[in-house]
Amino acid sequence: MSRDLFRGMTAVLSLGLVLLVFLMAFVIWQQAEASVQKSGWEFIVSRHWDPVHEEFGALPYIYGTVISTMLAVLFAGPVSIGAAIYLAEFAPRRTKALLAFVVDVLAAIPSIVYGLWGSFVLAPFLRNYIEPWLGKNLGFLPFFQGSPFGLDMLAAGIMLAIMSIPVITAVAREVLETVPDGQREPLIAMGATPWEVVRIGVIPYARNGIVGAFTLGLGKAIGETMAVTMVIGNEPKISASLFSPAHSMTSVIVNEFAQATSVLHLSSLIHIGLLLFGLTLLINVLARLLIYQMSWRVKKRNENT
Amino acid sequence: MVGFCGLSTLLISGLLLLVLGYITLHGLPGANLNFFTRLPAPVGMEGGGLAQAVAGSFILIGLACLIGIPWGIGAGIFLSEVGKDSWWGEGVRFAVDVLSGVPSIITGIFVYSILVVKLQSFSALAGGVALGIIMVPLVARNTEGILQLVPQGLREAALALGLPFWKVILKIILPTAARGIGIGVTLAVAGVAGETAPLFFTSLSNNYWSLGLLEPIASLPMEIFRYATAPFAAWHELAWTGALVLITIVVSGMLLARILLPGYNFRR
Repeated sequence: MSRDLFRGMTAVLSLGLVLLVFLMAFVIWQQAEASVQKSGWEFIVSRHWDPVHEEFGALPYIYGTVISTMLAVLFAGPVSIGAAIYLAEFAPRRTKALLAFVVDVLAAIPSIVYGLWGSFVLAPFLRNYIEPWLGKNLGFLPFFQGSPFGLDMLAAGIMLAIMSIPVITAVAREVLETVPDGQREPLIAMGATPWEVVRIGVIPYARNGIVGAFTLGLGKAIGETMAVTMVIGNEPKISASLFSPAHSMTSVIVNEFAQATSVLHLSSLIHIGLLLFGLTLLINVLARLLIYQMSWRVKKRNENT
Repeated sequence: MVGFCGLSTLLISGLLLLVLGYITLHGLPGANLNFFTRLPAPVGMEGGGLAQAVAGSFILIGLACLIGIPWGIGAGIFLSEVGKDSWWGEGVRFAVDVLSGVPSIITGIFVYSILVVKLQSFSALAGGVALGIIMVPLVARNTEGILQLVPQGLREAALALGLPFWKVILKIILPTAARGIGIGVTLAVAGVAGETAPLFFTSLSNNYWSLGLLEPIASLPMEIFRYATAPFAAWHELAWTGALVLITIVVSGMLLARILLPGYNFRR
């Protein structure tokens, strides 16, 4: 086989991939078009989701997705960064491989298994122990008011946090490992403690990459379906309280797709899917830019020295 | 502060143990031969299993691998060997990144629109295609990464000996990278084995033993969801056992790939 034939074959496969992405976007847009025509911009601001009267407003679901994923990054962020720093800077070599494997396994556990665990173990635990305690001691905050439900926004946030941890940890760790030793060595020479080396030399340099890692975790959390739908309570409520059940963009699609009563209903659900697609696309592009920007910076620095 | 970082790592490991522990605890009692050989029993009767779901999962994963592995490795080879540093290459890399970020539920809706609606039926084929599409970016990115780590000198030496380009890649570079690529493939398989959302729209579910590609087919993730959300305690037990079986398949695949595959150890 000639060189060009081989390269041509791989090129065809790869361009097919590009075509696939365009096809996907096109098909989703086409299926959602009916709903876009009918509901327009009101789709995003209206709370009224009424399949019977064919009026669709997706605000409760957008709210659910936004709040639960923000909670997820809030909970997962510190833990993931801490673990990433430990793995990249402080861990002895043998435990590194073991811990990297642990993170890999956490990432490989299917979403549905997390959902199962969440609905049978986490939610009752929250309902019986954590949420009453929070309500009693911090109940003056609007987040902790109302009766503990278990299957609520808090559970969804924690669930998504657990699922984002592997992604954020893995990416942040790679980002930290890209930081050149030239950042660490001068500080060590001046007598800085190990933590000071990291705090002063490594983290500011890797800052954009770390934000990129957070963003990737956010992107993953936004697209999560099964784990969310099993713990969020599946009620289209908008409430400040974390104890209130809620609904998310992904869980409403999964719940109502099989029973969609009309073409418009189906199209509206796919419209939500379109919004989801756009949102994750934006977030992933942003994350990549942040992470690549860091590696360009390292490359440039290596070229100059 | 170092302590906080170490504590975080401990917390994460602890979480893993917590989740795996509960699943083993609740799932092990139901893990008997019945589970793998019997079909679901009517509510209230003992001895049911999820044989059709286990078989279904294997079929779906098989289909997904047929699509995902060649396409993914081909794209990975393109990115690393052929299209490097060119406009085409950047475009394909961007497409791979986009595809890997697409939520699996969207892939499911997409395959629904092109396959299920056209064929007027939920089918194992549609499920396999959806899972395959999800697999491609995972395999491609990993393959590209591993191939980049193979020393350039190896390619140059092989070419200097007069080997045709395709032989250099397929017979020298790929086998060297086999371990890394194999680990990546098993990670990708692990990823799709547990995917549930796309199956809602493509292969759905089936209460009976069915291996037909154009029929709806049961799968472990879907059945776990159905049984976990049902009001019957006996079904919950089946769900836990199903989860245990799923995790065992996933983790043992990951372990086996690391142990069995020979080759350069690129893994940090």
